[in-house]
Amino acid sequence: MTTRNAEDEIAPPASWDVQGSPKFARSSGVGADDVFKWLVYTTAFAVPAVLVALFVLLVIDAWPALARFGLGFVTSSNWDNVKQQFGTLPYIYGTVVTSLLALLIATPVGVGAAIFVTEYAPRPLRVPVSFTIELLAAIPSIIFGLWGFFALTPIMRSTVEPFMKSVVGPLPVIGGLFQGPSVGKDLFTGGVILSIMILPTIVSISREVLLAVPTMQREGMLALGATRWEAIREAVIPYARVGIAGAAILGLARALGETMAVTMVIGNSSRKITGTLLTPGYTMASAIANQFTEADNPLYFSAIVGVAALLLVVSAIVNIAARLMIWQISRGGAEGGNRG
Amino acid sequence: MADTGTLPYKASPVSPLAPDRRYLARKFHGRFMAGLITVAALVGVSVLWLILGYVIVRGAPAINLDFFTQRPLPYGEVGGGIAPSITGTLLILAVAALIGVPVGLGCGIYLAEYGRGSVVEVIRFCSDLVAGVPSIVVGVFVWALLVRHVVGNFSGIAGAVSLAIIMIPIIVRTVEAVLLLVPYTLREAALALGVPKWRVVISVVLPSAKAGIITGLVLAIARAGGETAPLLLTTLGNQFFSWNLLEPIGAIPIQLYNYAVAPYPDWHTKAWGAALVLISVIGVLSTLARVATWGQSR
Amino acid sequence: MNTNQAATTSRRSLFARLSATVTGAALLAACGGDAEPAKAPAAPPIAAKAEPTKAPAAVPTTSAAAAPTTAPAPASSGAVAITGAFDGEAKTLTGAGATFPAALYSKYFNEYNKLTKVEVNYQSIGSGGGIKAISDQTADFGATDSPMTDAQLKEAKGGEILHIPMALGAVVATYNIPGLETTKLRFTGETLAGIFLGTITKWNDPKIAADNAGVKLPTEDIVSVHRSDGSGTSFVFTDYLSSVSAEWKAKVGASTTVNWPGGVGGKGNEGVAGEVKQTPFSIGYVELIYAVQNKLGVGLIKNKVGQFVEPNLAGVTAAATAAAGKVAPDLRVSIVDQDGATTYPISSFTWILAYKQMTDAAKATALTRLLWWGTHEAQKFNGDLGYAPLPAEIVSKGEAMIKSITGAGKPAFPGK
Repeated sequence: MTTRNAEDEIAPPASWDVQGSPKFARSSGVGADDVFKWLVYTTAFAVPAVLVALFVLLVIDAWPALARFGLGFVTSSNWDNVKQQFGTLPYIYGTVVTSLLALLIATPVGVGAAIFVTEYAPRPLRVPVSFTIELLAAIPSIIFGLWGFFALTPIMRSTVEPFMKSVVGPLPVIGGLFQGPSVGKDLFTGGVILSIMILPTIVSISREVLLAVPTMQREGMLALGATRWEAIREAVIPYARVGIAGAAILGLARALGETMAVTMVIGNSSRKITGTLLTPGYTMASAIANQFTEADNPLYFSAIVGVAALLLVVSAIVNIAARLMIWQISRGGAEGGNRG
Repeated sequence: MADTGTLPYKASPVSPLAPDRRYLARKFHGRFMAGLITVAALVGVSVLWLILGYVIVRGAPAINLDFFTQRPLPYGEVGGGIAPSITGTLLILAVAALIGVPVGLGCGIYLAEYGRGSVVEVIRFCSDLVAGVPSIVVGVFVWALLVRHVVGNFSGIAGAVSLAIIMIPIIVRTVEAVLLLVPYTLREAALALGVPKWRVVISVVLPSAKAGIITGLVLAIARAGGETAPLLLTTLGNQFFSWNLLEPIGAIPIQLYNYAVAPYPDWHTKAWGAALVLISVIGVLSTLARVATWGQSR
Repeated sequence: MNTNQAATTSRRSLFARLSATVTGAALLAACGGDAEPAKAPAAPPIAAKAEPTKAPAAVPTTSAAAAPTTAPAPASSGAVAITGAFDGEAKTLTGAGATFPAALYSKYFNEYNKLTKVEVNYQSIGSGGGIKAISDQTADFGATDSPMTDAQLKEAKGGEILHIPMALGAVVATYNIPGLETTKLRFTGETLAGIFLGTITKWNDPKIAADNAGVKLPTEDIVSVHRSDGSGTSFVFTDYLSSVSAEWKAKVGASTTVNWPGGVGGKGNEGVAGEVKQTPFSIGYVELIYAVQNKLGVGLIKNKVGQFVEPNLAGVTAAATAAAGKVAPDLRVSIVDQDGATTYPISSFTWILAYKQMTDAAKATALTRLLWWGTHEAQKFNGDLGYAPLPAEIVSKGEAMIKSITGAGKPAFPGK
């Protein structure tokens, strides 16, 4: 199967220059073209400049803490303003646990919803369903927080958490995740609210990736007598696998940096790390939100900015990884359907 | 575009053999998975309506004229509203757009029309990275840059700058994408008439992509309008009307947060009311964008 | 052809989709927003029936019987009174800090706005935030219930910082135990320390039961609620726990931000009260008014002489009186765990922080007038909101401080 790159047809070459442009045509003066060009160039380079400034400024402010604690800044779990010891491990832990939990919940639901939209839904339902889910992305974080604070946490405390404790709690190993009093404001609730917030990201990208799977893939399976689900499982999902993983990781990137919604439901307490999800915690973002304006001595301030710098680096890495994966599936699609 | 809906999915295996047990089991498994997948979609859809429903039902009692015209009152006094936050949010957003739109637009134009080779890749990559910077980190950055040094205190302008930083990558991404959709032949035609490149961009390319660009701008503004975390660190909030960008200014998300975490039921109602206003503002912005682009899309 | 196009989704359009997705979402939001505020069914005035509309209803009955020694001092200040606007003063001031007096300040500044048209924007971000804001000069004044340390004073960018006391308040142990809403539980410093250290984990722990004979305590786990932000209330509370519990002092210490051994964090006094209200079987510590306004349980605390004292204005004033002799000239003083039979042990001053040498003369004038009004006329609001008015000797020390503030090199207080 030969394919052509869509860009060849609709898009111009990467750059077009008016080298042959006759001088007499420049009615607006000799400099206008250059002025506009430099305006555009300046704004374009403002973007990397912001990124560099962001990183540099954060590292400068974080330096006293980073220099003083070294590796201990990320490996110590002692965050103690009184004793001037700052280790961010509980915040990193909280971020990782809530984000992974969010992924664990949102990926099956999100991919399921995307499969529903692309493979199962009757035509009239497709656009409304995907639009409705993606509409979640337009809701501000603070409103998720408000809803989580007043609607979700009471349900988590009174119903969901006792249920998990009684059903999952007695099991070996994973039972350890559901121990302790049901507080309602804890890592578990933080993960749940995050899963809702990253759902639209996962749905929309999975949907795109699934739509990019060549129809031939499905037709082939169906022609062999497969059921619809078997066609999806054997021909569609393997083909879209990398892209779906990219979708999940982009969701992860969003989860890592979410602030307000998590801050309002996670309990904001840097108690020592235990295995259970039913414990109030902090994410890096919520620690910054709670403590940044309060850091009333230089080392404390530096440590909090250090958390911000850490968060910046981690989310950059995750974003890059996600984009590489999605880029790969898109390119893979362009190369033709020879996978799966 | 491939349309999977017209494919012969429903064709049952035409087999001369009677359905055997394995076939039934597979069929059942297929139905079961279809059920699970439908449930997943239902969950996704219902969560949205659940949240919107909450906001509307619990926010509606807070809405009255005072809510839009009065400033917040101390606890214990009846009435009051969030007017300074509404004007503050609009002011901050306007200034943020004033900063963010030219930069985003310029960068998008660069990527689509001027840049070449690896520089484009680098700038696009940087823009993606800026898009991925957690908003709270943007707040820390702007605090360190503007609140601490340049302006010297919590201020509206600092909030506007942080929102602009959040807007820019969204604008860049959309503008680049829609400009690339403008057929190259249009540019060629204009150039052939002897129009200089900058005029081609401004008078031919941008107008052809107007609908998409406006949508992108409004999307960016709507997104920034709901941001809370960076504002908490930069504009601080204000319960009085303030138009001075060098002083703290109120904003709906900050007021919402203050109302929400307070222990007073009356303030909780106001928090839901503020949420309703915030969602409505975002909705209105989007509708405006739709109206503005409606004629264009056909 | 169709197949080809599907397969050739360019990566650009995929990214564009990513944003377009959100656009679509925003567009639909418009539909969701059909409950447009203006069209909402005729909204009745906000139901306030659940709320005390007048503050007095919110004050503990015992406070009405505040000790006579609390009589504020305005009479002593003679003719100096703030009666209206003043030419040449700034029309806006920005303050940030303690949430402990936020309920009081929001009342003060609302009244002050009516009186002088000066808009005082106060944001309750926590005492730590107040100290940081004044040190960094990001606000015109700070507010704190935790006096700045010498090191912090040295860090301040704008020179000498004054601590001007505005009111006295009590930090109370507030709890939410279904079934015991009206019961006043008794706590000793040791049991409170145990609860917040995590060594006492159940409500029916023998240590709690010992002080509460006859109360049927539940078997539930205790959820302790503390401040997540830098807090003067935390300072007062941990200062108290440190002074009564050696274990607390060794393991945790006293600060605006300590390393809490357990429990849930809430932002601000409002946040802690909100958490306690929302969470059954929880206990937290807040300024008195926050517990009273929320109709939360308030514990009796055993004081230094062994009496269980209910937090009220008399108890706080007794603490201030007991500590009066020890007040340093700069008015930085801790008044927790003082002697006296009626003394409530977790009491504190709350201060406004201001620079002695302000650069902006108009702001300096506005601020000194505000502080003067706050320490004199405004003291009448204190009782209604559950804060004790300042004793006369503290007011006169404050007067001297206010008069010493300069704006652009000249004395800032205009004397009226």
